[in-house]
Amino acid sequence: MRRRGWFSDRPRVLPSPLIENFLTMPASPAKPGGPLLTADGMPLKTSLERSLKLSKIRALGLIFPPLLFLVILFVIPIGSLLTRSVDDGLSNKVLPKTLAAFERWDKTSEPDESMFEAVYLDMQAADTLDLSKLGTRMNYEKSGWRSLVKITMRGLNRIDGPPYKPAMLQLNKRWGDIEFWQSLGAMKDPVTLGYYLKAVDLKYDGNKNIMRVKKHNRIYQMLWWRTFLVSIIVTVGCLILAYPVAHLLANLPLRLSNLLMICVLMPFWTSLLVRIVSWMVMLQQNGVVNDSLVSLGMLHDENRLSMMYNFTGTVIVMTQILLPFMILPIYSVMKTIPPSYMKAAQNLGATPALAFIKVYMPQTIPGVGAGCILVFIVAIGYYITPELVGGKDGRLIGNLIAHHMQNSLNWGLASAMGAILLIAILTLYWVYDKLVGVDNMKMG
Amino acid sequence: MNGNDSLVRFVNIQKSYDGETLVIKNLNLNVETNEFLTILGPSGSGKTTCLLMLAGFEPATHGEIYLKNQPINRVPPHKRGIGMVFQNYALFPHMTVAENLAFPLDVRGMSKSEKTQRVKRALDMVQLGGYGNRQPAQLSGGQQQRVAVARSLIFDPDLVLMDEPLGALDKNLREQMQYEIKSIHQNLGITVVYVTHDQSIALTLSDRIAVFDDGIIQQCAAPDVLYEQPDNAFVANFIGENNQLFGTVVEDIGDTVKVDVNDGHIVEAKKVKVEGIGSRSTLSLRPERVIVDPEPHSLPNVFLAKTKQLIYLGDHIRTRFSICGTDDFIVKIPNSAVHAAISEGDEVNIGWKAEDCRALDVWPCPTSHL
Ligand SMILES: Nc1ncnc2c1ncn2[C@@H]1O[C@H](COP(=O)(O)OP(=O)(O)O)[C@@H](O)[C@H]1O
Ligand SMILES: [Mg+2]
Repeated sequence: MRRRGWFSDRPRVLPSPLIENFLTMPASPAKPGGPLLTADGMPLKTSLERSLKLSKIRALGLIFPPLLFLVILFVIPIGSLLTRSVDDGLSNKVLPKTLAAFERWDKTSEPDESMFEAVYLDMQAADTLDLSKLGTRMNYEKSGWRSLVKITMRGLNRIDGPPYKPAMLQLNKRWGDIEFWQSLGAMKDPVTLGYYLKAVDLKYDGNKNIMRVKKHNRIYQMLWWRTFLVSIIVTVGCLILAYPVAHLLANLPLRLSNLLMICVLMPFWTSLLVRIVSWMVMLQQNGVVNDSLVSLGMLHDENRLSMMYNFTGTVIVMTQILLPFMILPIYSVMKTIPPSYMKAAQNLGATPALAFIKVYMPQTIPGVGAGCILVFIVAIGYYITPELVGGKDGRLIGNLIAHHMQNSLNWGLASAMGAILLIAILTLYWVYDKLVGVDNMKMG
Repeated sequence: MNGNDSLVRFVNIQKSYDGETLVIKNLNLNVETNEFLTILGPSGSGKTTCLLMLAGFEPATHGEIYLKNQPINRVPPHKRGIGMVFQNYALFPHMTVAENLAFPLDVRGMSKSEKTQRVKRALDMVQLGGYGNRQPAQLSGGQQQRVAVARSLIFDPDLVLMDEPLGALDKNLREQMQYEIKSIHQNLGITVVYVTHDQSIALTLSDRIAVFDDGIIQQCAAPDVLYEQPDNAFVANFIGENNQLFGTVVEDIGDTVKVDVNDGHIVEAKKVKVEGIGSRSTLSLRPERVIVDPEPHSLPNVFLAKTKQLIYLGDHIRTRFSICGTDDFIVKIPNSAVHAAISEGDEVNIGWKAEDCRALDVWPCPTSHL
């Protein structure tokens, strides 16, 4: 029987660090008649600072190497990532006259000779490498730009003097298409949010209004949702599996718990690829799981479960791979909870189950929080597993980032997506801090 | 054993954790209603084990425990209704003081108004009126201690167990808290089983003390009886200060025996626990019962002693003599005009009555536990 009042007053989360700081803040003593002086008449503050100076310098010296390491490996890459994701300076560098002419244009009428002249002069002056890079960049805004730029580049020396408009129209008639000209508007500023828009299936039109991309081109929003969903499912799955294991680890006799710990850590010592491949052996159509189910008669041969190269496969394998990240922080918190709390709760009249829920579980929140955040963060950017076992509907945003880094070479978009991931993670961290308090998080 | 109106009865309890050694060898103990009973013993003697068995957290390997005449071996802890103060308080760190106190009431489904009222009363009882909203970590050790006591009492248990609750406090606080616990016990009329290894706490608080060692009760009696009339050498040694002389029984004269203390001195002592003529015996004598420079022939035991050391302690002078083959014979000489000043190296007569000197058994290794 569930009695009234058991769940009505949930144990509150641990005190916010703010309150704690407030309570432990030393009261500053009143200072009658000016600053305190040391025996030799120097103000106490100066004297104190001087005495601490040397140790401060020493401390700085000690933290310098890790600081340098952090700057080189963390601050600089992230900084360059953020820069790249908004950088659109190439068009301004290569096409200054064109963009100036674009500004003067009313955006609706037929482009006149002055605009063609500007394009011709810019392309004449431009470095070929820059120009072909720019062609790729312009192609993001309107497909067709790359080939147009290429064709024009090749035909440029066949044009001998003004008027340029007919000559260029002759090179390629797309120069007469006003939509190409209008798409210049999206890249006229040296800084752009275009990559971020693209990463969520939006884009600029010629007047820098934000609009959705065409229906059949929308892929990113769906991928973001899928990534989010997979991360949530994997996190919850890990939590459900890890909690009992961590509890066992923390409470078994030493010999057994050591053995169990080795089992938990074993995956860490095995190559990721080996683990994924063994899951493939397990889960594929003719894999161990399906074969066993069929031979046990629980499944018909013709409707074998498809658990590989899809969403299910991604979730199953990621859960197994990320499990230790959940177990270890929870275990390390459980290890510090003395058994006397459970005893006290039972002594006060709570059944073992109730004691567990009301007294034990709230105390494991720091570990649960740390584990969930850790798993979620790793999961949201995961890419190897979905790449190998995800198939078409198990691909995540991480795979798209890799694709844009390696294949399409759209680094701006890859950076923007990376930055969005980073922002999502920081937001999550902030929310966690508000709810539980990061101070209470125990990584292990 | 006719302990039928006792609140708790341990009957032939044995306990082993590993199946090889008995931590509790044979425990028979009654706890009377409204009594303050202390289990006193050196650390590792099995005191906590006794409490855990009574609270239901450890099963007895053999024997039966009765609570109000009901056997409780198979009753789970949460149904026993016994309050307990744990060694390190076990206040739930994620709840405020008030929530901690309300926990046993919540579990019992008590109405909100009654709960608030009881929590308030409990806080007032331990003088922590304004502290309900604090977290346990924000309280001092003594305050946590009080909350733990209040929590163990708030659901009106008949019996409260306390496992070294004052062990973590400093000396002043410990003394203050022990009086508070005593007055709570008297005011509420509850039964308390208290575990400690500190004899001064035991002597101050208890109605009865069970001296525990080596898995058995060595003696269970009121504090004064325990001090004045220890049954065996362990108790004599464990409770209060005590001079020991070792010797062989040479003559048995009814109430008293004569014991030959190593170097040929014959001491007459009260016969308490000796095997008979020829057996070894420990003579136990409290330092304050020794008379310095007694009237000639007024006492059966008078010996010449050499003064080894004097320590001035204000109200008395603690003097160490060399006598009857021992160098460690302590006498407390009151700081009064009656006593002539003695100084180190002096030889003086000291003596004592036969009934103040108790002839006890030989305790295997008298110093291992100290
Ligand atoms: N859970 C346990 N498992 C095994 N041995 C234990 C356990 N608890 C206590 N002991 C052993 O039992 C003996 C008595 O312990 P305990 O009851 O805690 O003594 P005390 O409270 O008097 O100090 C000790 O020797 C201790 O090592
Ligand atoms: Mg103990």
